[in-house]
Amino acid sequence: MSLKIENLHANIGDREILKGLNLEMPKGEVHAIMGKNGSGKSTLAKVMAGHPDYEVSAGQVLLDGLNLFEMEEPDQRARTGLFVAFQYPMEVPGVTIANFIRAALQARLPEGEELDAVDYYHHLYEKMDLLKIDRKFTSRAVNEGFSGGEKKRCEILQMAMLNPVYAVLDETDSGLDIDALRIVSEGVNAMRSPERGLLVITHYQRLLDYIVPDVVHVMVDGRIVMSGDKTLAHKLEAEGYDWVEKELLQKA
Amino acid sequence: METKPDLNIDRSVGDFHYDVDYEFDAGIGLSEKTIDYICDVKKDPDWIREFRKEALRKFNSMPMPTNWASHDLDNIVFENIRYYLSQGTQPKRSWDDVPEDVKRTFERLGIPEQERKFLAGVEAQFDSEAAYSNIKAAVGEQGVIFVGSTEGLHKHPEIFKKWFGKVIPTGDNKFSALNSAVFSGGSFIYIPPGVKVKHPLQAYFRINAENFGQFERTLIIADEGSEVMYMEGCTAPKFETSTLHSAVVELVALKGAKIQYITVQNWSANVFNLVTKRGLAHEEAEIKWIDCNIGSRLTMKYPGVIMKGRKARGEVISIALAGDGQHQDTGAKMVHAADETTSNIVSKSISLGSGRSTYRGLVQIGRHLKGCKNNTECDALLINTESRTDTYPAITVRGKENACQHEASVSKISAEQIFYMQQRGISKAAAMSLAVNGFVNDLVQQFPMEYSVELKRLIDLEMEGSVG
Ligand SMILES: Nc1ncnc2c1ncn2[C@@H]1O[C@H](COP(=O)(O)OP(=O)(O)OP(=O)(O)O)[C@@H](O)[C@H]1O
Ligand SMILES: [Mg+2]
Repeated sequence: MSLKIENLHANIGDREILKGLNLEMPKGEVHAIMGKNGSGKSTLAKVMAGHPDYEVSAGQVLLDGLNLFEMEEPDQRARTGLFVAFQYPMEVPGVTIANFIRAALQARLPEGEELDAVDYYHHLYEKMDLLKIDRKFTSRAVNEGFSGGEKKRCEILQMAMLNPVYAVLDETDSGLDIDALRIVSEGVNAMRSPERGLLVITHYQRLLDYIVPDVVHVMVDGRIVMSGDKTLAHKLEAEGYDWVEKELLQKA
Repeated sequence: METKPDLNIDRSVGDFHYDVDYEFDAGIGLSEKTIDYICDVKKDPDWIREFRKEALRKFNSMPMPTNWASHDLDNIVFENIRYYLSQGTQPKRSWDDVPEDVKRTFERLGIPEQERKFLAGVEAQFDSEAAYSNIKAAVGEQGVIFVGSTEGLHKHPEIFKKWFGKVIPTGDNKFSALNSAVFSGGSFIYIPPGVKVKHPLQAYFRINAENFGQFERTLIIADEGSEVMYMEGCTAPKFETSTLHSAVVELVALKGAKIQYITVQNWSANVFNLVTKRGLAHEEAEIKWIDCNIGSRLTMKYPGVIMKGRKARGEVISIALAGDGQHQDTGAKMVHAADETTSNIVSKSISLGSGRSTYRGLVQIGRHLKGCKNNTECDALLINTESRTDTYPAITVRGKENACQHEASVSKISAEQIFYMQQRGISKAAAMSLAVNGFVNDLVQQFPMEYSVELKRLIDLEMEGSVG
């Protein structure tokens, strides 16, 4: 059981961004992806989720053996168990957080079955308390007028409520203050489970002190070029990406 | 890929049609002969026959308003329309007496059930005439009159004649003239002084025939200090050819009376819906229009209130949803004709796909008046980039001692936002419904429960249809 990305090529317009990406994350593990700005990390997350702007020209993504690209609509992929916490979460005017998450849960129920409202709120408040999100947020429109950090917390709240099998967290740490980073990390750690895989995209070692990864991958120009244990992140933090590129040149 | 059934077939509850034998059929086209036929069938008094013929002359002499309105109006072929179709002019007082072929239509639309549950009275119009009309005994005993326009004219001529055509003159616009020429059906309601009707009265307008025009005429008079809530629903099946619906609704609220008029229309995409609605509010009276326009090919409707007495209030709350290929041209008209009158307009429009919404508002406050207030708020929601929306507010405030406030906003739901919602597992249709329901939610709260549920369901159906 794993999230398996094989030879993934994706482009936007005629510009290729993912250029043969391979990665496998067994269920139960936490992997980190690090890489320079513009290397294609967010693109990977969006391509997996089925963002309409990107075209997949080759390769596949298997979620426990199920081919994501055989599912046309993003919502089917989501219901199969994929969750993406976005780097830049969208604002959805007019739709409250409570209604939004409720609709997302409702969509996972068999037709004709109704979500129990009391249970739902109970569950929602529990997760909000855990992430130290003020309960007043339930009646605010999704991400509308939220601060950067509030948006990120709200993404994690959604993840906690929707219980995905595999989640991609795209720079969830950016925009979080010091306390928030700890709180959100604890929330993420609480979701570590043998039944789940977490792919954490980040620029900073700091996050990985809290959410300790099993594997760290380095992404350069649309490919995973190096993988290692958590010490790789320390090395990147200390030395930057230049040595990775040098090492690649030497290999070539 | 997920395949969807052909949603055109049952996306809309109203899209079905049974063959019905009509006893009376005025044939195709419009002439004095058509009017004579209608008058003969309905046994109209001479003054009505004259009124109709005069209206026909006005209709023929007036140009299409295409200098400001949609050119799609030119596609209405008046010679191809049938102006009167009925199985008789006497509505039944019991559903058991309604002919089976008509009854099953209304049963399918859930009308008898709603009547039992929460209505004080129901009139169900099928093409040109009401097939059923009844009010609960308790309401009748209070002196409330709720009948069809024909019956109102025959049985209550003194009230009818006093107000008929007084709020909306025949020549107000080309379509009010057309309605005045061939009107049939619609409600006549009189609420005696001080009577507050607890439950809503409801009319349901059903178009069943193809190439047909429905021209109901409604007149509601709320006498001093009385209160009434009236609701209308409308549907028609989806035909290849276009159908015309052109109603005239006149409301009169006498001193201190309150009228609330709620419309939830769900016309199929072949209907031209060209309706004139206006109320006359006397001293301290209140008229409130709540208007939900879903469906139709082109809707033109600008409910209005003339505040004729001191401290009268007028309100228009409207929701318009323009689906693919549809044009909702709606708005409100507020005429302040006395001191300390207040009006409020809240308009929310949603445009979807190639749908188009237009808001036209007119607020007039006379120069000599004092203490008048208007608040206008119009918000548009655009779902995907093809949609368009236009706002044409015209505010004429004269005199320094009056206040007008106008706010407008446009929000967009982009493909990106829909993608975001879909990533949470919500289908595209459900995502759009969520956005639309969120947008109209504060208005829907003002509806009676049964209607807000109905509206939400209609929005869901419309969204499913648009993705299918
Ligand atoms: N819609 C788009 N149109 C054009 N170029 C795009 C688009 N989306 C992404 N790109 C380009 O693709 C490349 C990869 O972008 P992506 O957002 O995946 O980078 P990233 O690795 O997430 O960077 P960061 O660390 O800054 O978040 C960038 O050069 C970006 O400009
Ligand atoms: Mg990024």
